[in-house]
Amino acid sequence: MSKATADQERCKGCGLCIAYCKKNALEMSSHINSRGYKSIRVLPDNCIGCGICYTVCPDGVFTIAAE
Amino acid sequence: MAVEKRVPALCNYAMFCAGCGHGVLLRLICECLEELGQEKNTIAAIGVGCSCHLKSGINVDLVQCPHGRAGAVATGIRRAEPDKCVFTYQGDGDAYNIGIAETLNAAYRNENLCVFVVNNNNFGMTGGQMSWTTMEGQKTATSPAGRDIALTGAPIKVPEMIAHSFRPAYVARGAVTTPAEINRLKGYIKNAFQAQLNHEGYSMVEVLSTCPTNWGMEPLAAHQHLMEHVVPYYQLGEFKKRGE
Repeated sequence: MSKATADQERCKGCGLCIAYCKKNALEMSSHINSRGYKSIRVLPDNCIGCGICYTVCPDGVFTIAAE
Repeated sequence: MAVEKRVPALCNYAMFCAGCGHGVLLRLICECLEELGQEKNTIAAIGVGCSCHLKSGINVDLVQCPHGRAGAVATGIRRAEPDKCVFTYQGDGDAYNIGIAETLNAAYRNENLCVFVVNNNNFGMTGGQMSWTTMEGQKTATSPAGRDIALTGAPIKVPEMIAHSFRPAYVARGAVTTPAEINRLKGYIKNAFQAQLNHEGYSMVEVLSTCPTNWGMEPLAAHQHLMEHVVPYYQLGEFKKRGE
């Protein structure tokens, strides 16, 4: 089964992926990346690899691939 | 079947604001170029404004055009390099307010180009001033009481103008909002590139985008504002289909 993974260094913390994810598989982490943004974290147990986060992300944070 | 999606190697980190729609359009253009095998055969003519961020955002050859002149510069590129895939990437302020002459002339001549215009209802890079596409009543840095269309004209619809007045190959308007609209938009972008590769002529895709920073909204609230207040005026869809 596919899962999303997040490249936290590309994330700007806009939160659009959280809003559009139907599976509550994303949350904002407290990690501040090297550019100074809060970044997203995937909760793999909830993720079904649908790719909605990949589609709406303006910053190319997500990769959807088989585990 | 396992879904697999990876950001194309063409698509770098770009310096747009958090939640800005430009980044999605940039990725969709990269995906289409990759799927059409044009990643090493493309030259982009980029406008002035937030579109300048493509200089770091995309790994294709680029020309930074004078403000508004991307349509003319891309025409020159097209005539000098007839086998290249050529597109312009501009904002509404650049392509319409500043460069309407170049934009319309390229469309009038039916130059074999793709033109992508990000319509975010203001001049984003310079601090959110009113542009031709600013909505009626919208507050901007230069319309602090809200845009008065009796004084400044109504929001302009250039894709409709081009589709109904000239003989372009393909004209559409999409939006960077919901996943469904983003998927539709990718289809429009791919159609535009395919029209060019088939030497059908000029294609324009206008992309309604949010500008959370200058609209003074959270990214998701800006999406909702776009769908509720902008899309009803700027209808989405294809105004000139290929082969019609």
